[in-house]
Amino acid sequence: MSKIVRKEKLSADVFLMELDAPHIAESRKAGQFVILMLDDDYGERIPLTIADGNSDKGTISIIFQAVGGTTQLLSRLDEGEEISHVLGPLGTPTHIKKHDGPIICVGGGIGVAPLHPIVEAHKAIGNKVITIMGARNKDLLILEDKMRALSDELIICTDDGSKGRKALVTEPLKEFCESDDTPSEAVAIGPPVMMKFCALTTKPYDVHTMVSLNTIMVDGTGMCGGCRVTVGDETKFVCVDGPEFDGHLVDWDSMMSRMNSYKTFEEDHRCNLDKIAEVLAGRDV
Amino acid sequence: MSNMSTYKEADLLSKEADNLIESLGLPASWSTLGPKEKRSLPQQDMPTQDPIQRGGNMDEVALGYTENQAIIEASRCLVCKNAPCVKGCPVSIDIPGFVCATAKGNFKEALEIIQESSMLPAICGRVCPQEKQCMELCTVGKMNRDPMESVAIGRLERYLADRGADQKSNVEILPSTGKKVAIVGSGPSGLTTAADLVRLGHGVTVFEAFHKAGGVTVYGIPEFRLPKSIVQREVGKLESMGVKFVYDYLIGRTRTVRELMEKDGFNAVYVANGAGLPKFMNIDGENLVGVFSANEYLTRSNLMKAFEKKAMTPIYPSKKVAVFGGGNVAMDAARTALRLGAKEVHIVYRRTGKEMPARVEEVHHAQEEGIIFDLLTNPVRILGDDKGRVKGIECLKYKLGEPDASGRARPEPIEGSEFLMEIDTCITALGNGSNPLVTGTTPELNTNKWGNITVDEKTGATSMEGVFAGGDIVQGAATVILAMGDGRVAAQGIDEYLKAL
Repeated sequence: MSKIVRKEKLSADVFLMELDAPHIAESRKAGQFVILMLDDDYGERIPLTIADGNSDKGTISIIFQAVGGTTQLLSRLDEGEEISHVLGPLGTPTHIKKHDGPIICVGGGIGVAPLHPIVEAHKAIGNKVITIMGARNKDLLILEDKMRALSDELIICTDDGSKGRKALVTEPLKEFCESDDTPSEAVAIGPPVMMKFCALTTKPYDVHTMVSLNTIMVDGTGMCGGCRVTVGDETKFVCVDGPEFDGHLVDWDSMMSRMNSYKTFEEDHRCNLDKIAEVLAGRDV
Repeated sequence: MSNMSTYKEADLLSKEADNLIESLGLPASWSTLGPKEKRSLPQQDMPTQDPIQRGGNMDEVALGYTENQAIIEASRCLVCKNAPCVKGCPVSIDIPGFVCATAKGNFKEALEIIQESSMLPAICGRVCPQEKQCMELCTVGKMNRDPMESVAIGRLERYLADRGADQKSNVEILPSTGKKVAIVGSGPSGLTTAADLVRLGHGVTVFEAFHKAGGVTVYGIPEFRLPKSIVQREVGKLESMGVKFVYDYLIGRTRTVRELMEKDGFNAVYVANGAGLPKFMNIDGENLVGVFSANEYLTRSNLMKAFEKKAMTPIYPSKKVAVFGGGNVAMDAARTALRLGAKEVHIVYRRTGKEMPARVEEVHHAQEEGIIFDLLTNPVRILGDDKGRVKGIECLKYKLGEPDASGRARPEPIEGSEFLMEIDTCITALGNGSNPLVTGTTPELNTNKWGNITVDEKTGATSMEGVFAGGDIVQGAATVILAMGDGRVAAQGIDEYLKAL
């Protein structure tokens, strides 16, 4: 059981929740995630990245977009209520080391949430960090102040030009790759298609590009293999080998088709959400 | 066993047993039965759900003996002085003792005899491979030249456990020693160790990564073979004895083994986190949509209840399924797919039925339900459509050659025998490697080349002081009862270690 100690609406359907989870807060490192579940019997286990943590307070923060059944139900919970199950921290932490050149951190949409602790860790070790944040429009940008405070330079891109540059994140990314101040590394976290194109952008410049994958998982401990992806010639498990991989080696098309394995099922379920909420509330339908 | 030939309805089996009991005057006449009369008693078939009907539901297939069936079956025991059967039991249950008590109709006493050695009889009675353990050494089976014709020890164990479900264990719990033991994993091995140690007065905390206790018995073994309510009942018993369960807690991530000892003050740790790392075949197409490890497929259906409409966890809608492998897990996956609505389910196995590691009873049940066995067949690659979804497999036919290192005939591919099988789902049931989460974060633990923890066989002790290990993380993929046997050994090892502190 984890109590929700704070809930904040970051945009139309994006929420931040600070959860009471002292053991996870104590052990967690940048790049790790949790799996949570709302109901003992009929709930679903979903992975969510840890966006922030406070080991003194014993809390972690998660940021999620209410798009699937579980995240929509989660968004209906309020401060003071409990989440039945939170397991973590899971995954291998980000490998952070000191670099001479800047680290270009690209966050798309809600991908800024998992990017936040990574930017924080790079700054803590003394790296120069340039952050590129992208969203469809200005209302969908999250954590802008925090990222601005942490980064040496912050560039905002929106698809419609409502804030910052009217561009895709790959545009400024390409400019940095071409500049004299060659990036030592790029980090790209966001929708799969964005990560794919960030990796394609940096490849000709041979800038190592780390991506964080959010595939379908059940247990999150290496037991089911549902999260597996092809990286180079190997099959890797996102839950234990990842979630971070070399973006130049990920087989994006295979990963994206795997992420859509249950699409029709999920659509059926979304229509039945209120029914599911009733089930989870213990009432029979 | 004798029900391998034809299906008989439960009612009929019950009536036959009733008539026999009446004509022989059992159990009163039991003490007067000579060996010859005992040998003339027919082995009692396990009543099961009708094979066609059960393909459409998740309910338990085997229904359990009636009282009279149990008495007749127990009366077949010759009560050998040297009790060879006990040597086949990894936890050394006094088998003749409980079987005799059953034959006399003393069911409560019979269960108490089992409970002296095993806390999980309702589970073991259902899932132990008795024909390779106690029943293999049974004199009745030897005389019949078939271990399947032995006294059906597991069925009796199950009968007693179910009958005495509410019977309070009369096991004594010793006064507190003040020592604390952490158990990593709540599978059969961890539960056995927990039961033994809590009886000895030690404080026991079990750490489980999932949201429910039971390990493979809740995520792996399907409801139709082992109802989850039974596992829950056994876990409840341990809780009432004082065992503490902590869920959503992953040793190796939330805490390391060393932290358990240094930060949380545990005096000893028992690592029984299982063998959770599914093996794949490393053939083309294995990451297509529609290819699953049996672990994933079964976890979705069992633990996450995807077979129920209310469940939020999805499971792949399959029409034609191929399961790779020939063990119990392969049978479980195939029979689950059938129950989830698949129209055609194949077991694809590269040797013959004789070499299949699955229990004979499970193979038989699968055959009865209409699972198709493609033996001496092995997939070469998995084919996908333009959306990245499975549309078929290419297979090769095999023949058996000379025996290999394992003593089993080596399967050899027949050149030019390629053929296509049109399917939409593949499930791989090829066993598990060793999960690296504990060993990878505990460098003090010595492992073998497969990543399994090496232990002293007599005590379960690892290379790290105060840390013991057992079950699949030591054995590689084995069975529930072997994991329990390890748990028993380690509990003794831990108790001795704690006493010496």
